[in-house]
Amino acid sequence: MTLPPSLANNRRLDRWVAIGPNGTLDVRTGKVEIGQGIVSALAQIAAEELDVDYARIRMIAADTVRSPNEGVTAGSTSTSQSGGALRQACAEVRLAFLEAAAQRLGANLDELTVRDGTISRRASNESLTYWELRDDVDLTREADGRASPKRPDQLTLVGKPLPRLDLPDKVMGKGVYVHDLDLPGMLHGRVVRPPSYRAEIETFDATKAQAMPGVRAVVRNGRFIGVVAGREEQAVAAAAVLAKSVTWREAADLPDVETMPEYLRALPSRTQVLSETGDMTHPSAGTVQAVYSRPFLAHASVGPPCAVARARDGTIEVWSQSQSIHPTRKDIAATLGIAPDAVVIHHVQGAGCYGHNGADDAALDAVLLAREVEGHPVRLQWSHEDNLSWSPYGPAMVVAMEGATDESGRIAAWRHELWSNPHIARPGLQDSPSLLAAWHIDPPFAQPPGIDALPGGKPASQRNALPLYNFVNQSVVHHVLDRLPIRTGTLRAIGAFLNTFAIECFMDELANSASLDPVELRLRHLSDARAIAVIKAARDRAGLHAGRVRDGSRGMGIGFARYSNEASYAAVVAEVEAGETIRVVRVVAAVDCGRAINPDGVANQVEGGVVQAMSFAMKEMVQFDRTRIASRSWDTYPILRFGEAPAVETIVIDRPDQPSLGVGEAAAGPTAAAIANAVFDALGVRVRDLPMTPDRVLAAIHRL
Amino acid sequence: MSKSIGLTVNGMLHEVAATSDTPLIYVLRNDLNLKGNRFGCGEGVCGCCTVLLDGHAVQSCSTPLAAAEGKTVTTIEGIGSDAAPHPLQQAFIEEQAGQCGYCLPGFIMGAVALLQRNPAPSDAEIATELDLHLCRCGAYDRIRRAIRRASQQMAETRERMA
Repeated sequence: MTLPPSLANNRRLDRWVAIGPNGTLDVRTGKVEIGQGIVSALAQIAAEELDVDYARIRMIAADTVRSPNEGVTAGSTSTSQSGGALRQACAEVRLAFLEAAAQRLGANLDELTVRDGTISRRASNESLTYWELRDDVDLTREADGRASPKRPDQLTLVGKPLPRLDLPDKVMGKGVYVHDLDLPGMLHGRVVRPPSYRAEIETFDATKAQAMPGVRAVVRNGRFIGVVAGREEQAVAAAAVLAKSVTWREAADLPDVETMPEYLRALPSRTQVLSETGDMTHPSAGTVQAVYSRPFLAHASVGPPCAVARARDGTIEVWSQSQSIHPTRKDIAATLGIAPDAVVIHHVQGAGCYGHNGADDAALDAVLLAREVEGHPVRLQWSHEDNLSWSPYGPAMVVAMEGATDESGRIAAWRHELWSNPHIARPGLQDSPSLLAAWHIDPPFAQPPGIDALPGGKPASQRNALPLYNFVNQSVVHHVLDRLPIRTGTLRAIGAFLNTFAIECFMDELANSASLDPVELRLRHLSDARAIAVIKAARDRAGLHAGRVRDGSRGMGIGFARYSNEASYAAVVAEVEAGETIRVVRVVAAVDCGRAINPDGVANQVEGGVVQAMSFAMKEMVQFDRTRIASRSWDTYPILRFGEAPAVETIVIDRPDQPSLGVGEAAAGPTAAAIANAVFDALGVRVRDLPMTPDRVLAAIHRL
Repeated sequence: MSKSIGLTVNGMLHEVAATSDTPLIYVLRNDLNLKGNRFGCGEGVCGCCTVLLDGHAVQSCSTPLAAAEGKTVTTIEGIGSDAAPHPLQQAFIEEQAGQCGYCLPGFIMGAVALLQRNPAPSDAEIATELDLHLCRCGAYDRIRRAIRRASQQMAETRERMA
């Protein structure tokens, strides 16, 4: 059989599995834990194929030295990519041990069974463990595709709601994060950022900071300014003094945040036709038009980016929460003008990661500071303010829709126009380093323009722009924008968030214009049985039926998508209560992610995805004036709070015979649309520019 | 350097050589190696660094060391152990309440204080009383269920003991 791509790229079995001490197995993956529970799901797959107890698996955090290189942990691909590779690799390791046991025992393979790492011969009492056979098996061999992973009917661990491996340490408060590293001789660093993107230094005086208690180094390289001190509070205090010791020349070069949709549509663009089928010269009667937008959105993790770095004898060692240790290593090396091999990155967990945030930037910051105090590890942590104002944002986007229904209640024309810049600005992909400090040092590297697709991949901004619905006459167009004057990068669900929001709102708008049931209109245009199944499951559980009784204040709405048109299917029904504010009181989400490795892990990801999407849709918008980012605190960038989060009922439609599909981003777009459709159902008004704040809902009511 | 300051943390008396205005979080994390206090916003408004000061929930990032002098500080490390977790810690594991987990010690310490004041809070009271705490991964509903579960388990234990 052909090897899964990630295994074909990393063929040596010992890159994936090693016999550990005391009856354990060390399993490596190139994917990293960013809060999504992936490492536990991969452990479950490994335990399944190796036929050992889940508790015997020790997942080893990725590094650039030993672990398989699996690129970036992003795009809801880890279960399919790394899971697929581990599944095959572990099946091959199991077979290697079976063959070694057969040789020792003089038995045929079909006489042997494996149970929790012990290989037994059926006819006799003879048995050998993996650990007894460790010297008989050479795992430096390459995967050859001879072993077959288990069939669905043979699975005993996959599909079970096993507990996450990482959670106990987290609730006990153990030092599991990069923030918690405490290496011998470690010093503390802080960086003082410019007040705005293109601010230049006018005057700088380090003397006061240099004289402060505990200060070991003040660093200025171009407009990169930082401090290293013995104690953390000393670094914080010195950074505050440094910030007052520099004056800046700033430019008022940002666009008007309030008119962002108009601004984006007026920018020069290159038009790319994604789909043009049938006849778009439909009669104008009955044509519906609507324009949807989202603002810039922040990752807004509760914990700031952090990294530890040590420069010693010409090599740089970094401990980082990066999603992309290999590409980030490349850009750090390029920034310093050294060979990538001279940089080693170890992954250590950070606070929740939902895309390309400040993690990689922090790694370079730590390196730049560590080089000033050779031999000492430097722990560098961003302020919350810098985390909100300097991390890349999910880009603002606009979608304009136009469509019409015919007398038979079908959609006769569908036009989807998208305005978006390239979403991907991750390190390691472009000519110039994509790391914040690289653009601030002297001489500065140019900030690269961003790319919209990884090599061989599909453009991130266009994700879900092509509808899964069957429309005879459709036109889908992307107006490709260059980089924006605001720093952007990939954020959970990337382009799919707004594309799905627009498509799913517009389905309801067309249904309303033709007095059709919105669910029925969707079903009428779908032929994919799995899509139909999630919609019906969510509809039935939520009680979203055409004839339901309304009480005048409550409303229900649905949103659906197959993420990326190739990952998980998700249908979300939201129920809102409209009073002085809009309250989401209930959410039902039905998902089909193929074979669910861990149904509770899937539910957890869906619940979190729904809540985060609610927050995006109802509360979030990066604020800026013409010069500076103004969202610098939880007051100026509010996110969904405890009392605003509803219970989320998740229905997982398990399909053990189908490949596992990524689920982390599946609920985002459908959730936003479900809420907007529920608001319309309750109040008869539609808010098309996100976020749907109380002010915007009220303004829409006044326009009625 | 400053004079040393005495404070009791998790039942142990410590002398700390730091200035009196040092935020308590740095002393707990760096001098006493209690890393369970997660640094969040540094402004006392996200709940990540919540500890108990004489039984009351406070944010250790915005509590100066001087305010803890002579008082009793309890951190996440002081309420349970791997072998004997606090009922709240146990309930968070049973409900699989959390994703990245960064906010969890703060939530748990906030909930310890809440259950001391109000041993059987309603869902609405849980959300209102812990409104300070942010969870960006969106695990609020599981966190609510975990706190309810712990409250019930603690009530059952009290009944058995009575």
